[in-house]
Amino acid sequence: MAAGDRNAVSIELGHFALILACAIATVSALAGLLLWRSGQRLAQVLAQASILQFVLVAVAFLAVVQAFVTSDFSLKLAVDNSHSLKPLIFKISGVWGNHEGSLLLWILILVLFGALVAVFGRRLPADLLNLVLGAQSLLVAAFGGFTLFTSNPFARMSPPPLEGSDLNPILQDIGLAIHPPLLYAGYVGFSICFSFAMAALISGRIDQAWARWVRPWTMLSWIFLTLGIAMGSYWAYYELGWGGWWFWDPVENASFMPWLAGTALLHSALVMEKRNALKIWTIFLSIITFSLSLLGTFLVRSGILTSVHTFASDPTRGLVILTILAVLIGGAFLLFALRASSLRQGGLFAPISREGALILNNLFLATAVGAVLVGTLYPLLLDALAGTTISVGAPFFNLTFGALMAPLLLVLPFGPLLPWKRADLVAAGQRLAGAAGLAVFLTILVSALGGISISLAPLGLLLGFWVTFGAFAELIERGRIGRIPVGESFRRLVGLPRTIWSTALGHMGLGLTVLGIVSVTAWETELVTTLNPGETAELSGYTLAFDSFEQVPGPNYMADTGHFTVTAPGGGAKTLEAERRTYVASGMPTTEAAIETYGLSQFYLQLGEPLDDTHVVRIWYKPYILLIWLGALVMAGAGVLSLTDRRLRVGAPQRAAKPALEPAE
Amino acid sequence: MKRLLSLFALLLCLVTAVLAVSPDEMLDDPVLEQRARDISAGLRCLVCQNQSIDDSDADLARDLRVLVRERLVAGDSNAEVEQYLVDRYGEYVLLNPRLNNHTLILWIAAPVLLALGLFALFWAIRRTPTKTGEVGLSEDEKRVLAELSGGGEDETRKG
Repeated sequence: MAAGDRNAVSIELGHFALILACAIATVSALAGLLLWRSGQRLAQVLAQASILQFVLVAVAFLAVVQAFVTSDFSLKLAVDNSHSLKPLIFKISGVWGNHEGSLLLWILILVLFGALVAVFGRRLPADLLNLVLGAQSLLVAAFGGFTLFTSNPFARMSPPPLEGSDLNPILQDIGLAIHPPLLYAGYVGFSICFSFAMAALISGRIDQAWARWVRPWTMLSWIFLTLGIAMGSYWAYYELGWGGWWFWDPVENASFMPWLAGTALLHSALVMEKRNALKIWTIFLSIITFSLSLLGTFLVRSGILTSVHTFASDPTRGLVILTILAVLIGGAFLLFALRASSLRQGGLFAPISREGALILNNLFLATAVGAVLVGTLYPLLLDALAGTTISVGAPFFNLTFGALMAPLLLVLPFGPLLPWKRADLVAAGQRLAGAAGLAVFLTILVSALGGISISLAPLGLLLGFWVTFGAFAELIERGRIGRIPVGESFRRLVGLPRTIWSTALGHMGLGLTVLGIVSVTAWETELVTTLNPGETAELSGYTLAFDSFEQVPGPNYMADTGHFTVTAPGGGAKTLEAERRTYVASGMPTTEAAIETYGLSQFYLQLGEPLDDTHVVRIWYKPYILLIWLGALVMAGAGVLSLTDRRLRVGAPQRAAKPALEPAE
Repeated sequence: MKRLLSLFALLLCLVTAVLAVSPDEMLDDPVLEQRARDISAGLRCLVCQNQSIDDSDADLARDLRVLVRERLVAGDSNAEVEQYLVDRYGEYVLLNPRLNNHTLILWIAAPVLLALGLFALFWAIRRTPTKTGEVGLSEDEKRVLAELSGGGEDETRKG
């Protein structure tokens, strides 16, 4: 028990570190928000306090990780969520595979972002930095307190049991190791935008420099959230075993809404930075985006979204969380209502201009957020107010969300081609003629080859191709491709600001995702059948042979394994293994689908339950499904590219002077 | 982590070893079977979380799938099958809520939001002098214009 004793010390040390971090955060919040006019000296103290908060929470987090890794079952959390036989990676990821541990991870990322602002924000005006770090510390204090008082990850168990009850088997996957930290980094990153918005409202000062500071943080969070959502979607796709990749589940919507709002914020902050307009709207979006992130993390967690009844199972926790959300979000909006009118307006715009296009983007994205929010919460409200239960599922969301996205995708390629202030739609249209022609041609070609299985498929294809190719129009224009020698075009393209490349890539990524969605929705094929070893089945030209079946033990489960061979239409056989697992500790069954990738398409195989001495086998052919996630990766990559742009690295002037002559780009 | 919770919920449906549509349930007539699949995709598995009976592995979902196929074999139209299930299980069984007094707000919410946004935008543009982008206005003139135009576009777009 020597190891256990050492752990006992580190667990209590971690517990103490978390308490200390909360105490420091409370003081920082009070000092930052009340004494923000104190200037540089306070800013230095707050910056150091923010870094200290991060160090302390990191110590707390590592203490829990250590208990999981060494299977120290005197920690109740480890008992409930770990098992000594579990592979190391899942012991670590098990730390955040539960309520208490995931809260701790959430707070760790919150203080990490606070520390990053403290380190990289040295050139911020002291007043602004005081307010931002104060607001950030307020969040740490609120959620740290919530963790300590209602969901303490450091609760002990005496005497410690010999073995833990294991992590939910479906969560024992590399997906859990990556997905929640990414998603949380996205959610929590928006807290910086929120804190900046609070600072602007309290100080009454907001200018183009503000937008320039906020945009990289928004971009960073947006990148994480994009990756987190894509990763979650792919995880569900291969882990849940029937190849669905988006379900419009309330929990999914909860992560999707901050993404939509964050996307709108990225674009509106651009207008503010370049044109000094949309100030109040940008502040509003900053508050909304983080509020939706909080909603995503906690309202869902409290159980109120999925079922009113699970909420009652832990009334203290739910009530406290609701109170914190109400105070934070309500307080932010109250502040907004009181102070927004004092912010000086600026910037005028003509409808046909870059800023006009960006406003249209915001209109559709904000409406989409509203539509998803209403669809997600409406059944709950109706049940509470009228006692009627209805379901709002995928068909509803596909219809309303699709109807809002179609016009957005239609006008999207025009946006980057319109200059600021005043633009010529016809000129932009001429530059897009090539992309439009190509999109129409390919849509006709693909529809002719694939057949029209869904009447809306050609429209979806057209929009997907249009956005994908339209994204390149600005690059072609800027590089003068085809009008000057290739070498010179190349030099021009390389010399373009990275933000232009990032815009083009980001929009292209969206187009690719749309194409993937349309393709798999319209042309996926499926076969459900029974097979015995030795028999074959055929789907979309692929031949599947069931070679053998065996039962093999895994580290902490028993597996029924089917060995298959799949032969592609052009020849070339690959062997596949699909499993059904039963986990020893919990007795829970899971399925491990076998997936074979052909280019961007996938062949998806699931071994079903035995049926009258034979095996149920489900196979799908999913054409171009990888485009969905590839598009998301391209979007995230475009975000990274934009973060490396010189103009962001150089930083903004202390106070934006009158808008200098911005190059129209 | 959101995914995590949905996984927990889906897990409730996974504890029974039966998985989604099974060959022994399927109808021999491919047209009828396809209709059954289409209908199933729009019906909620009542004991699951936001899963259609077509995807769900719960025993109840299986019963409903069999029921849908029985009604189709008996000659019901798609709408009649849906109505049959609504009569038995209530509107809750439909994943795509039908338009009625209770769901009116749900269905008109998105169009109304969009219309409000468009109206606000239109109003803001009307209030903004159209020549703002002209070359030749000095910064001071722009500032004066900005002050004259008062609220500007931002406030109107809150809704």
